[in-house]
Amino acid sequence: MFDVRPVETDYVRHRAAQFRAQVERRLDGSLTEEEFRPLRLMNGVYLQLHAYMLRVAIPYGTISPDQMRTLALLAQKWDKGYGHFTTRQNIQYNWPKLVDIPDMLDALADVGMHAIQTSGNTIRNVTTDAFAGAAFDEVADPRPYAELLRSWSTDHAEFQFLPRKFKIAISSGKKDRAVIAAHDIGLRLIERDGKTGFEVWIGGGLGRTPLLGQVVRDFLPEEDLLPYVEAIIATYNLSGRRDNKYKARIKITVMERGLDTMRAEIEEEFKARRRDFHGADRDALSVFKDRFRAPSFRNAPVDGYEAERAANAAFRSWTDTNLHAHRIDGYASVIVTLKAPGQTPGDASAEQMRLLADLAERYGHHDLRIMHDQNVALPHVHKSDLPALYAALREANLATANAGLTSDIIACPGMDYCALATARSIPIAEEIADHFRAVGLEEEIGNLNIRISGCINACGHHHLGHIGILGLDRAGVENYQITLGGDAYDIPAIGERAGAGFPAEEVVPAIDRLLRAYLEVREDASERFIDAYRRLGPAPFKAALYPAAAHA
Amino acid sequence: MSKAFTPSAARPGVITANDLRQGHNVWMCEDGWTADPRQATLYEDEAIAELALLQAIGQANLVVGPYLVEARRGPDGPEPTHFREAFRQRGPSNYFHGIQVDQQAETQKTETAHV
Repeated sequence: MFDVRPVETDYVRHRAAQFRAQVERRLDGSLTEEEFRPLRLMNGVYLQLHAYMLRVAIPYGTISPDQMRTLALLAQKWDKGYGHFTTRQNIQYNWPKLVDIPDMLDALADVGMHAIQTSGNTIRNVTTDAFAGAAFDEVADPRPYAELLRSWSTDHAEFQFLPRKFKIAISSGKKDRAVIAAHDIGLRLIERDGKTGFEVWIGGGLGRTPLLGQVVRDFLPEEDLLPYVEAIIATYNLSGRRDNKYKARIKITVMERGLDTMRAEIEEEFKARRRDFHGADRDALSVFKDRFRAPSFRNAPVDGYEAERAANAAFRSWTDTNLHAHRIDGYASVIVTLKAPGQTPGDASAEQMRLLADLAERYGHHDLRIMHDQNVALPHVHKSDLPALYAALREANLATANAGLTSDIIACPGMDYCALATARSIPIAEEIADHFRAVGLEEEIGNLNIRISGCINACGHHHLGHIGILGLDRAGVENYQITLGGDAYDIPAIGERAGAGFPAEEVVPAIDRLLRAYLEVREDASERFIDAYRRLGPAPFKAALYPAAAHA
Repeated sequence: MSKAFTPSAARPGVITANDLRQGHNVWMCEDGWTADPRQATLYEDEAIAELALLQAIGQANLVVGPYLVEARRGPDGPEPTHFREAFRQRGPSNYFHGIQVDQQAETQKTETAHV
């Protein structure tokens, strides 16, 4: 079990008290909305389409059972009984009242949680591999480094007013599961000549100008992490554009100024900054490494697991899709998808959160993770416990065997909640999932990443979907553009727009044509949609999407 | 977003905002603010609407972010012309939450009263 002290509780309580006073001053007229707005945003409070929204940080997606129960408490006591997990491994509440938010922050502070830096032009929640400390292909546990970055970046005086928001991800497996190429800074834990370090990427991001990051340093010794990251952000802080918010992210700075120029400036800055680090960061890291020590793994037979697999087809199907290989024999990481039929992607009810907390205590070494694809993982489960875990999950509608399949869709809240959205995402995700379940093609199609955003800000990461869907407002009607060939993981790629957009009611038929065409052209069942797309190019898929144009 | 909208007789509008304390959507009406969009005042005159908007902005102790947005005259009061405002007046499509809950409760009350 890991030791939960993600932030200093006194400090979090102090910040919650500060926000309570700010709300009081807003309500009694001492603060105008213009004065209050940046203060509420610094505490994760947005005003959305129907209500306020509170975004709570879940640092690197790692959460304890008690913290999960507190998230459930917030959902039940001050919201409408559920929460929405996001692609930054955070949680959002869609219906809090401003007058209740100070109480919510107090409840979070009781378990060391908060909403600090979940908004604003600051360093946001650092994300990492959801299977950190568990994955079979892990180079090193990324969480101590993520915690080092979190504690360093929280209230970092120099970086509270960056040109724009700033996102850091750390990947730790041989396979990148943290999407580092789409981050302002992506850090890939690697080993070279027996030394642990990072391959450092900068300048990735999605939004209206999607760009993949580039490697600025091919090997950074791990002891230089903080001074080097500080040098990158300090360089960006000075040279990033402040004249146009749409050109203010570091991806534009790198694109406009060139990687070599940025690298030279960063290296210069690094030399100077490194001298100011006298070992406090190393001491902190060693504390964090101890905090994230591995649990006491069990050595037990897995006969019961194998017997249940042989006897129970539904269980077998779930274990085929929803397990991830663990570094310890006899163990697996379990993916609990929040994508059951009829469920909004990423939503969990208070009851489901409590059950996940209980199950993590009973079967999962007290450890839970929020995954960037809006699912939940129990990173350490002994296989002999899987039948009981599965049965308990199934009772709560949490045992859908669809991880990585067609219905495991990433979708932003879209215009059902978001004030920035130009169209809805959630109903499109639900309709696609329902359709492919109904026609029974999901298993045959196999691995597929569909990602849906309700505006060009791309919170649903549509550019990285094998199939991406972007909702737009076309002359007062919702319209959906389809992109093809994006990939977040194996060979990072930005999807290409296939052609004209579709009205909402034509999206499902279009995706149906597209996937039936894929089944026709693939070499065999092992060739995934993205593999077939890479082999054949867009032509056969565009022809399926636009049959009339193909025959014209 | 239609924050720069200016109403006219041909394209009337309403003033809408969020309640400061609770956050829910509200519309400017004859005697203040209402959570029922059908009770909203429909403005057909630019000058009167702009003055009302200034009054709304002056009520920052009650509401956040007031703006003028197009609406049309309907049998039960103003109706939205754009889907964004239609969603604001109804609630999300994935849960039965938001204004649609109040509207259903009111409809049921009315139906009961007519029995």
